[in-house]
Amino acid sequence: MTTKDFKRPDGRKVDELREFEAKVGIIPNADGSAIYKSGETIAIAAVYGPKKMHPQHSQNPEKGTLRCTYNMNSFSVSDRIRPGPSRRSTEISKITEWALEPVLMLDKFQNMVVDVHINIIQADAGTRCAGINAAAMALAHAGIPMKDMVSSVSVGKLDKTIVVDLSKEEEDYEEGEGPTDIPISMTHSGDITHFQLDGKIEPKQLMEAIELAKKSCEKIYEVQKKALKESINMEDTE
Amino acid sequence: MGGEEIEITPEVTAERIAEYLEQEKRFDGRKTDEYRDLTIEKNISKKAEGSVRVKLGKTEVLVGVKMDTAEPYPDSPDKGNLMVTAEFLPLSSSRIELGPPKFDSIEVGRIIDRSIRESKLIELEKLCIKEGEKVWTVFIDIYTINDDGNILDAAGIGAVIALKLARVPKYDAENEKVLHEEYEGPIPLKKINPFTITVHKIGKHLILDPTREEEDVSEARISIGSSDGTIHSLQKGNSGYLSVEEIQKSFDIVENSWKELFKKVEAQLK
Repeated sequence: MTTKDFKRPDGRKVDELREFEAKVGIIPNADGSAIYKSGETIAIAAVYGPKKMHPQHSQNPEKGTLRCTYNMNSFSVSDRIRPGPSRRSTEISKITEWALEPVLMLDKFQNMVVDVHINIIQADAGTRCAGINAAAMALAHAGIPMKDMVSSVSVGKLDKTIVVDLSKEEEDYEEGEGPTDIPISMTHSGDITHFQLDGKIEPKQLMEAIELAKKSCEKIYEVQKKALKESINMEDTE
Repeated sequence: MGGEEIEITPEVTAERIAEYLEQEKRFDGRKTDEYRDLTIEKNISKKAEGSVRVKLGKTEVLVGVKMDTAEPYPDSPDKGNLMVTAEFLPLSSSRIELGPPKFDSIEVGRIIDRSIRESKLIELEKLCIKEGEKVWTVFIDIYTINDDGNILDAAGIGAVIALKLARVPKYDAENEKVLHEEYEGPIPLKKINPFTITVHKIGKHLILDPTREEEDVSEARISIGSSDGTIHSLQKGNSGYLSVEEIQKSFDIVENSWKELFKKVEAQLK
């Protein structure tokens, strides 16, 4: 089978994202908040801070600290997952911090912390990317100084074909070389702040995957920007 | 993460590292893409199914493989299980404190797990005892003995070698008991070497195998698990970013240094 004949299980084109939408200002208590939906995956994020870092020995006298927590609801997947942190969620929390830190300007927030809480309500692959998209918007919504936006998408390889935004069904693809999952996050200017991969791929094809991620992040960026603009317009009319 | 470091690399050292790199130099005289001396000592614990000591310069890790029987996971009823953990021992550095696992050790365990699992080094389908009921679990446990940077790559080499040295214990089906002192044969492995190689970015420079000081000032890193030019696992780490060009360069560096590393490992195992 050639790449051109390749049919995705849900009929999407290889470079077609699932239907996605974004909205900010969904949690009134938070300093900033956002929801990001991609297909059946739903992520929400809330920002609290900057606020004084406790305990005191965790304070950084040079700049503010970003602290992210990624958490999946027990009922967000078919087989209930045990509530509370796991090795996986601990890693994704840290990956999310690393994805967002390059754009944050926390130099003026010495000894303070910005908390970002991410919650996955419904999971159908791509939850870390949805979480990062929601978190980046929530940070902007909270007015945290940022020099750029971050957008995130999972590209992948199904057998030999590069596709974007894998669904759960595609993550479990079993034909040929099987699935390769490649979540990537980028700034709008094209620098890579998060990059992971599981599967099997040659470096040359991986560069193509990065190119597809770049194009897709552009589309996501437009939706993030629009959602943030809408929230400002709404606040103006209130 | 939590309690800030007791002993961090001072600013002045960070500046010197950057100055040296401007001239493509490092404190210990290595080239930017050069590993420290690698030494491998086989079978360091008789009780383990397979074990190894790996030293990269002053960095030292121990990796041991143990096996036991267990129920398979529901999504792989006819395959053995794999578990990789890493422990950063307080004896290996003054900055490691007692307590529950910190992020560093979780990350090392998970990255090495993925390099082994995704490359399909272990033929897990051959480690099934009774489908849906009993399979072998392969435990790979990593311990730090001296942390002078780049624990991750040392652990990756150790995991692959420990698996090659490991033997499957005898299983007494009648009494459902594992006879740990008797062995069936080697663990079924593919003939590949999925080493994990980490490229660090300091300023504009990409370097391999950082010492503790160099690792402390690393702005971004990319850990790539690969074998013979095929990438199986990858993770970007740290708070900085990497440009697409830097990533392309990292792939080239990894492809070359994998070959070098493979030769060094082969020489050590002779």
